[in-house]
Amino acid sequence: MFSGSSTFVSEVDQAFLFILIISVIFFLGITFAMIYFVVRYHHKKNQTVSQSSGNLTLELLWTVIPTILVLGMFYYGFIGYRHMKTIPPDALEIQALGRMWSWLYTYENGYQTDTLTVPLGKPVKIRVESADVLHSFYIPAFRIKQDAVPGMKNYVWFEATETGIFDIFCAEYCGDRHSYMLSLVKVIPQEEYATWYDGTAQFAPAAGPAGDAERKPGSRGPMLVKIKGCVACHSIDGAPLVGPTFKGVFGHQVTVITDGQEREILADEEYLRRSILEPQADRVKGFENIPMPLQNLTEDELAEIIAYIKELQ
Amino acid sequence: MASHAIVETTHEENYLQYKGRHGGLWSWIFSTDHKRIGILYMIGMFAFFVVAITLGLLMRLEQLTMGPTIMQPSTYNKVFTLHGVIMIFLFIVPGITATFGNFFLPIQIGAKDVAFPRLNLFSWWLYVIGAVTALVAVFTGMADTGWTFYVPYSVRTGTNVTLAVLAAFILGFSSILTGLNFVTTVHRMRAPGMGWFRMPLFVWGLYATAWIQVLATPVVGITLLLIILERTLGIGIFDPALGGDPILYQHLFWIYSHPAVYLMVLPGMGVVSEIIPTFARRNIFGYKAIAYSSVGIALVGTLVWGHHMYTSGQSYTAAVVFSFLTFLVAIPTAIKVFNWVATLYKGSIRVELPLLYAMAFIFHFSIGGFTGLMNAAISVDVHIHDTYFVVGHFHYTMFGGTVFAMFGALYYWLPKMFGRMYGQKIGITAFVLQVIGFNMLYFTMMVMGYMGMPRRYYDHLPQFHDGHIIATVGSWFLVAGLFLMIGNLVWSVFKGAKAEDNPWGGTTLEWQIPSPPPLENFDKIPQVERGPYEHTPVEVSK
Repeated sequence: MFSGSSTFVSEVDQAFLFILIISVIFFLGITFAMIYFVVRYHHKKNQTVSQSSGNLTLELLWTVIPTILVLGMFYYGFIGYRHMKTIPPDALEIQALGRMWSWLYTYENGYQTDTLTVPLGKPVKIRVESADVLHSFYIPAFRIKQDAVPGMKNYVWFEATETGIFDIFCAEYCGDRHSYMLSLVKVIPQEEYATWYDGTAQFAPAAGPAGDAERKPGSRGPMLVKIKGCVACHSIDGAPLVGPTFKGVFGHQVTVITDGQEREILADEEYLRRSILEPQADRVKGFENIPMPLQNLTEDELAEIIAYIKELQ
Repeated sequence: MASHAIVETTHEENYLQYKGRHGGLWSWIFSTDHKRIGILYMIGMFAFFVVAITLGLLMRLEQLTMGPTIMQPSTYNKVFTLHGVIMIFLFIVPGITATFGNFFLPIQIGAKDVAFPRLNLFSWWLYVIGAVTALVAVFTGMADTGWTFYVPYSVRTGTNVTLAVLAAFILGFSSILTGLNFVTTVHRMRAPGMGWFRMPLFVWGLYATAWIQVLATPVVGITLLLIILERTLGIGIFDPALGGDPILYQHLFWIYSHPAVYLMVLPGMGVVSEIIPTFARRNIFGYKAIAYSSVGIALVGTLVWGHHMYTSGQSYTAAVVFSFLTFLVAIPTAIKVFNWVATLYKGSIRVELPLLYAMAFIFHFSIGGFTGLMNAAISVDVHIHDTYFVVGHFHYTMFGGTVFAMFGALYYWLPKMFGRMYGQKIGITAFVLQVIGFNMLYFTMMVMGYMGMPRRYYDHLPQFHDGHIIATVGSWFLVAGLFLMIGNLVWSVFKGAKAEDNPWGGTTLEWQIPSPPPLENFDKIPQVERGPYEHTPVEVSK
């Protein structure tokens, strides 16, 4: 329970333990006193009853002592929070975009990925945003959480103190696949991070439409379906999720609903294209009408994804 | 005296036997008798309670294994939404106030009914209409938003937020009218000699609750109006797609819904304040401290809603101020607990089921309160917000606290309400099952929460699996205990042994009249000459 890997961990856990220890002392006191009195003053043992209606000293005592203690607890919680809200000016900035139902991380050079990679021992500032509904960016091992609110830029920062891979959850309920809106943060040493970051530049859109001639069409597909969030609803292994799977679609007959009418069509390139750009036009029978988020695909990216789906047989 | 003669004629007849203008069902659903209205609420609420318990059990079964167990994610999301909506709006908000408050407030202050009996009946009808509206809203929209209906998800999924808030508004009106009725009743209808500080503490709890109902509930109406403006005129208020602010919705939601948790628990604290002196056979310790702390909780409790929003993106200053105010609520709560325990000191204690439930209340509510401190501390809450920690915490306060107090009230007042005793052995078995199951379920949840298990998750990762198994097994004990208790109580109402008028040796006014109470409670309005819990030596030895 009390292991963690950021500079906030000790502060948060200490505040928690401070409150916990005081609470346990009081709780045991209350419970034991209650049970002891019930046993000791059971009517079989005690018929002489005190009809005392109170005691001012006691009342003052058990008003003042808890007041002092809770003010201490407030202070503990407050300084931890102040630390969380004081973002170091040299922090590395990464955007975390929440959308139904995946996280997309965008680095300063434009590189996009579905797994967060950060350097050890360096402050990292996450700009938490949402493309659709409320989400919440939560890394339990770092003790941080920040809601993603459409139309707002919320910031949260951390400094990792340990290398490793840690869970990222969505903590604000966001629909069917809320519990699968999971991601990972990978903490690596600073030198390794520098090399890794330099290497990402070639994948960034700034490097131009990834169009070197020898590359096979569709080879960027696996990466694109992840960062565009497709795989949150469309599996690549045949499992039906919220939407139909990509596997084995191409070249087969599908039953779709067009303008309320059921019909059979062949899943050709044209069909895939229309389904990505106008998802509601031909809805596959048996799936609920859940609006697909806008993908903002370039023509090149669209072609890559279609080429990739064609391969998934 | 003419009025005296009328009282004499009704003396033999209790409120259950009374034949008015209508017979059968009509004699109940159009009755303005506060006692019958209390029982009407009880029947409706417990029917909903059983449904919501079942939904809770289904959720726990789903968590028994990783991946799909008995349902799909979309079903699970609807199940927890319905569980929350029913438990909160249809069960625990009317709660102790509408049932035992209606039944016992007039009797405890020596009145024949509430100040506005017809308004009281109207409140019950509003509850029924509101309940139907809520169910229509949930089923037509197949709501899967959680009981909080946060925008913009609730807007996007086509959940009928307008209808859902309309239901909360109608139910809220029911609540406001009950509050208004109780405030007036307490001010105007106390028997001669019953000064403010001779009122039973249950009445104090209801009085503080009534003010929250009157002052905080109208916010639901404001929210509804704003939602209607947004939907019909397209004015962007909450929906970011129209330029609105989803955080404003959260504020308005919690401005009502946080004080609502105090209006759920204050009457429960009142019940505990009745049970303890009765079974300890002694005067309550710190009467004024307990009475004033109810009012203190009601006042400060209206100003702490922002502690639900530390991570929402609300301002830094707001978070700090709300944290500070939240810690202040702990103080009047602690004062109550200390005084209850002190009341047991040098008593002559009879251990009966109502006392066991009062003790379980103190035990659970203390855990709920202490974990509340952890939630109030901002840095800690950033970590545990929206996790199982919070789910565990509020079930400790609301279920282990309020609902256990309500069970205590059921056992305490059952002999008075129906003139029958409950089956003791089954009652104790059910109690033990409930306490074991409850703690297995919700304590485990808090541990998982601190480990990072987010709430409203259909599925869980392997590191949480053991915890989920313990919690689910706990839920079986709990549900078994609940159904055993409900069955036992229903049986007791019809078949239980005849109860005496004052089986516990209670000193408040309801114990001075026959069981079940006569139609108009008192033959003659009593003259009150002592504090509510002052026991004479004869009463102590009874």
